[in-house]
Amino acid sequence: MYRYDEFDQQLVNERVAQFSGQVARRLTGELTEDEFKPLRLMNGVYLQLHAYMLRIAIPYGTLSSKQLRMLAHIGRKYDRGYGHFTTRQNLQFNWPALKDVPDILKDLASVEMHCIQTSGNCIRNVTSDQYAGAAKNELEDPRIVSEIIRQWSTFHPEFSYLPRKFKIAVSGTPDDRAAIRVHDIGIQIVQNGQGEIGYEIYVGGGLGRTPMIGKKISGFVPKADLLAYLEAIMRVYNMYGRRDNIYKARIKILVHEIGVEEMQRQVEAEFAEIRKSGTLHLPEEEIARIEAYFQPPAYEDLPDESTELNKAVVADPAFANWVKSNVAQHKVPGYAIVNISLKPIGGVPGDCTSDQMDAIADIAEKFSFDELRVTHEQNLTLAHVRKKDLYAVYEALKAHDLATANIGLITDQIACPGLDYCALANARSIPLAQQISERFADIERQHEIGELKINTSGCINACGHHHVGHIGILGVDKKGVEYYQVTLGGAADEKTAIGDIVGRAFTEDEIVDAIETIVTTYIGIRKDGERFIDTYRRVGVDPFKESLYETH
Amino acid sequence: MAQHTRKGAQFQALTANRLSDGIVVYLTREDRWSESLQDADVAEGKEAGEALLARAAPSVEANEVVEPYLFEVSLEDESVRAVSVRETIRQAGPTVRRDLGKQAELAGVHR
Repeated sequence: MYRYDEFDQQLVNERVAQFSGQVARRLTGELTEDEFKPLRLMNGVYLQLHAYMLRIAIPYGTLSSKQLRMLAHIGRKYDRGYGHFTTRQNLQFNWPALKDVPDILKDLASVEMHCIQTSGNCIRNVTSDQYAGAAKNELEDPRIVSEIIRQWSTFHPEFSYLPRKFKIAVSGTPDDRAAIRVHDIGIQIVQNGQGEIGYEIYVGGGLGRTPMIGKKISGFVPKADLLAYLEAIMRVYNMYGRRDNIYKARIKILVHEIGVEEMQRQVEAEFAEIRKSGTLHLPEEEIARIEAYFQPPAYEDLPDESTELNKAVVADPAFANWVKSNVAQHKVPGYAIVNISLKPIGGVPGDCTSDQMDAIADIAEKFSFDELRVTHEQNLTLAHVRKKDLYAVYEALKAHDLATANIGLITDQIACPGLDYCALANARSIPLAQQISERFADIERQHEIGELKINTSGCINACGHHHVGHIGILGVDKKGVEYYQVTLGGAADEKTAIGDIVGRAFTEDEIVDAIETIVTTYIGIRKDGERFIDTYRRVGVDPFKESLYETH
Repeated sequence: MAQHTRKGAQFQALTANRLSDGIVVYLTREDRWSESLQDADVAEGKEAGEALLARAAPSVEANEVVEPYLFEVSLEDESVRAVSVRETIRQAGPTVRRDLGKQAELAGVHR
């Protein structure tokens, strides 16, 4: 993985010193709250319902064991012994004291981490595929581009005061695990007829109160021109993005208002200008320098089949279920990708205790080249595990309640923090996810239902990605009472779709039964091998509408 | 300033977050800040509410608290209760992770 050079470290250290001074001046009153608020937000410090919240950047979701141990330590020393992995592959602590934040940032800097670009109207932490470097059909490791974008965008003076926040995601495989089409910019790594690697660019995707699917504005940007092209998009946005209305300030609104052709024309014109100067042309040696950090680990030469694995699958049905749902194919024979579910039955999606973090760090160190990934679906991934070690990894995870066999299944839900923590929320999300998880706890039933993604948001800002859940749940407030609106048919993959609203909202007491009705309806009408989303695409909303509102 | 009360609310209390650690606090009759809603001064009627809100200013000036606002409460069995789900959660902690913090200490507040 990428390691800081002296410039990175200096940059982060200087920021820690600067923000420590700002915190000290705020506490003594030299800075007012109005003066301080934008400064704290530039350093990932929010004020939530109960306390401050600190959001820590995990660039493209990649972490070393050492970094995870530091997060565990911070959770224990400064917080309440747990952290929360987010849909942007970051980690949030819910209870840090402002006076402790400078010390936390020093601890983070000691392991090459920080909270820069986790808030404010800048280019945020770049997100990517958790299977980067391990996926079978990958054209290029997306972390290379992600790291180049990180270096270009960090403290970029032109893009520190954008009309609104800006999110970029990168996928290196045709099957999209990074939800690139619901980002401000989505980058799909592609290959042209000459075998050259380049980038397909989507722009203007996003969720929130106005969900939009990103539009393709370039089919192939050559590698050397990527930053020039991205900068061209940013300049058009910076120039024309609306600053008069926060709800219309994201690039998706600009693209929607002027149309994709006009956006493309403007970007191409700006791109031509930038190219003339040549300053953003990416030199091959610099690309090679970054690439070197993402070289494959020292894989062993192994047979693809493992007798140890085959025996364990036969001997232990619970392990067999786990292999079926949580283990994915690896590009190298004899290796597998392991997904660690942070969705135990009845648990809080994305929460991880400090003790669990330490245990995962040990497992990653021993079995997966000392490195792990955070997924945008709020789970963790060990990217390179020998198949013959899978049972040992499973046992080690199980000892820490981390071996729930539900990846991609109905209890593997995305949920935002909701009204339990968030100052913006209108309704709770987590308790709902917990109730649904408990209702569908039976693992055999979950496997029988098959792939089904339920995403819940506690407000229209859609941090829980409800628009793109196969079943989406949006919490709304009606005169102080929580209600839940259901959407169906959303997807965040290469066939991204915004879900359809099914009908009137449900009360807290009704919503879990409503989900059960949707599932039962699906089971009743699905054809052989059809996933929920396939059935929905075939039959549409009507059968679900009928069964839901007949019974309620 | 945030609006978390409603027009015509009979009883209101004043809340804020403590600057140094962000913890939820309530203004007491003695113009101190308490972590317990039961210590909160309760204003009846619009004018008393406005007067209560005005009493937050010195603490904001003194960098003791941030983001003060009024919210609706009810008085039941001699105890003060937040009317909205939001303020009940601020008072008694998240409705999840009941093993920790205020939500463990004030176990009776959440259903």
